[in-house]
Amino acid sequence: MNEQITSERRMYRGAVQNAIKTFGIPRLIIAAFLLTLFIAAPLVGADFATQLTNTINRFSWNAILVLAMVPMIHSGCGLNFGLPLGIISGLLGGTLSIEFGFTGAMSFFMAIIIATPFAIIFGAAYGWLLNKIKGGEMMIATYVGFSSVSFMCIMWLLLPYKSPNMVWGLSGNGLRTTISVEGFYDKVLANFLQINLGKLSIPLGTLLFFALIAFLMWAFLHTKTGTSMTAVGSNPAFAKAAGVNVDKVRLLSVLLSTWLGAVGILVYQQGFGFIQLYMAPFYMALPAVSAILIGGASVNKASIANVVIGTFLFQGIVTMTPTVMNSMIHMDMSEVIRIIVSNGMILYALTRKMEG
Amino acid sequence: MSFGTDERLHKSLGSKLLNLIKENSVPIMFIIICAISIPLSGFSISYLINEIITRMGRNIFLILSLLIPIMAGMGLNFGMTLGAMAGQIALIFVSDWQIWGIPGIVLAMIVSIPISILLGLLCGKILNNAKGREMITSYIISFFTNGLYQLVVLYMMGPIIPIAHSSIKLPRGYGIRNTVSLLNMRQSLDNLLAVKIGTVKIPVLTFLIIGLLCLFIIWFRKTKLGQDMRAVGQDMNVARDAGIKVERTRLISIVMSTVLASFGMIIYLQNMGNIATYSSHSQIGMFCIAALLVGGASVDKATIGNVFLGVILFHTMFIVAPSAGAAITGDSMIGEYFRVFVSYGVITIALIMYETKKRKMKSREGKLLELAQREEEKAN
Repeated sequence: MNEQITSERRMYRGAVQNAIKTFGIPRLIIAAFLLTLFIAAPLVGADFATQLTNTINRFSWNAILVLAMVPMIHSGCGLNFGLPLGIISGLLGGTLSIEFGFTGAMSFFMAIIIATPFAIIFGAAYGWLLNKIKGGEMMIATYVGFSSVSFMCIMWLLLPYKSPNMVWGLSGNGLRTTISVEGFYDKVLANFLQINLGKLSIPLGTLLFFALIAFLMWAFLHTKTGTSMTAVGSNPAFAKAAGVNVDKVRLLSVLLSTWLGAVGILVYQQGFGFIQLYMAPFYMALPAVSAILIGGASVNKASIANVVIGTFLFQGIVTMTPTVMNSMIHMDMSEVIRIIVSNGMILYALTRKMEG
Repeated sequence: MSFGTDERLHKSLGSKLLNLIKENSVPIMFIIICAISIPLSGFSISYLINEIITRMGRNIFLILSLLIPIMAGMGLNFGMTLGAMAGQIALIFVSDWQIWGIPGIVLAMIVSIPISILLGLLCGKILNNAKGREMITSYIISFFTNGLYQLVVLYMMGPIIPIAHSSIKLPRGYGIRNTVSLLNMRQSLDNLLAVKIGTVKIPVLTFLIIGLLCLFIIWFRKTKLGQDMRAVGQDMNVARDAGIKVERTRLISIVMSTVLASFGMIIYLQNMGNIATYSSHSQIGMFCIAALLVGGASVDKATIGNVFLGVILFHTMFIVAPSAGAAITGDSMIGEYFRVFVSYGVITIALIMYETKKRKMKSREGKLLELAQREEEKAN
């Protein structure tokens, strides 16, 4: 009898240990941290509904940028540190759509349409390059992102944009560093089907848009091409033997990631209200990378659930820490905590052994 | 002498020249960029020489710290930023203790040693868990440690770590100001034994220290440890079979690099004359690596010559680009962005060249193996 109990207990303990192992200790700490923040928020006088609204809002802005990580992780290209390339396609789409005089919801739609060919061209070149340097993707992706951002800094000044909404007022040429999208696609998704419950407001339109794209992503991963992508990621030699064109599948995944980056930044802009140019896209890959890792992804494994959980946890911490910390100890340490948490998570993932 | 051999000689000379150009394409490209932009910028030659010599004294020590991890096959050490942070923390302490001039610099170097060893151990331990991805990992480590650095300098200095003087403390009572003045220490290393030739000031002592470090590196390559590092850099498995403690060797190379980087940062900052507490270190890794690569180094091979050539070319470009850009396009911002773009572009190209070379070697090895196997089969 006693023995049975101890063996049961041992089994139970084993199961818990396993669960912790698969979930990962850092993730556990982060989730616990966020939970404490949510509990502490009302105690220190921060309004819970406002906090939740902010978190959900920021979730809706960022989710697609995080989703852009998924295809490349699936095909074994690693974490997409080259996200700025996709973001640049989105910036080109957004600014050109305004330049061509589209307004309202139409400008958002056109921005996506215009961004697509750029994403395809950039993504194809980027994918071709990554096929040349298999094994060293992440470092080169980082620097492809950096050099393209700094190259576009020159281009934003030189390209012949004329719209008075965007260029510097005095000289009349060169784009401004931040451009308001008011009157264009400001909150087009967020105001669509917005739910207001007292202080709590939920941008259902943006969430639905994300759900749609996430569903398409999920469906794609279950098609024949999608499964071959997963196969390439988990075992390239096997995939090759099974007759999959590895390079082609990888290229497709990079294209998808780049395009999602473009759409992601447009969705971000419609929520945020501004287009940020020049050096702004520079470090935008890091939050997205750490968000998906916090959600439970690894360097070569990721699911839609990882995206949702990760974005929520990451954005939760980003929005909650300043207010809670400020009212608790009158010190705004949120920035420092954000840096340590997000980069610590990336480090944790990089030092894990590759599975498969 | 027959005509044929002469032609063959000529041909081999031609291909040699072509190879030389191919292998040094980055420095040659930079020489061309500099040659075009120097006259456009309108700076006088004596001004340029003065500037470049100042920048050589300022930067070379830092860049030399990158050589040792390259030798150990760990690639470009983006984690040198950690050393820079250690140097800055040491300088903050020393300026709080009000010890100035040469004694201050020496003391700062001594104080920085334990901090940089600690950070180097942290960095090396993590990198040993991420073999094959050292560069991206060391790059993220530099961000991560920047968070820790801010935690220490912005929040813990004052209440936990005693800082006496309000001149370097933020008005709120804790944390360090955005800039810490090193006015009483400014260029004291450079000015001691300085020689003036015309309008050009040569900081002899700084160059002597750099020379000593160069000699040290040359000597170090020949020691047992240096040889071990090169063996580890060539092939980790072979080195392990030969009885070399691979992890330990790699750890030592990173610690050495971090300590040297912290000394380098102190030399750099005494020349600048102030610390930008929260930004001095953040870009330093990128600029040093870019300069080294401009000098013709690659991810797996770098010499002292690369360092010197790189500093000269990179900083010439850096000085002249804004005004040359303004002369061409009428907008000085374009030149500014251009030099940033070039810095990142050079690193990107070097990384791509390194990875393609690595893949080529791998496929060649595979082919050789296949050939050997086939021959074995034939023999059987």
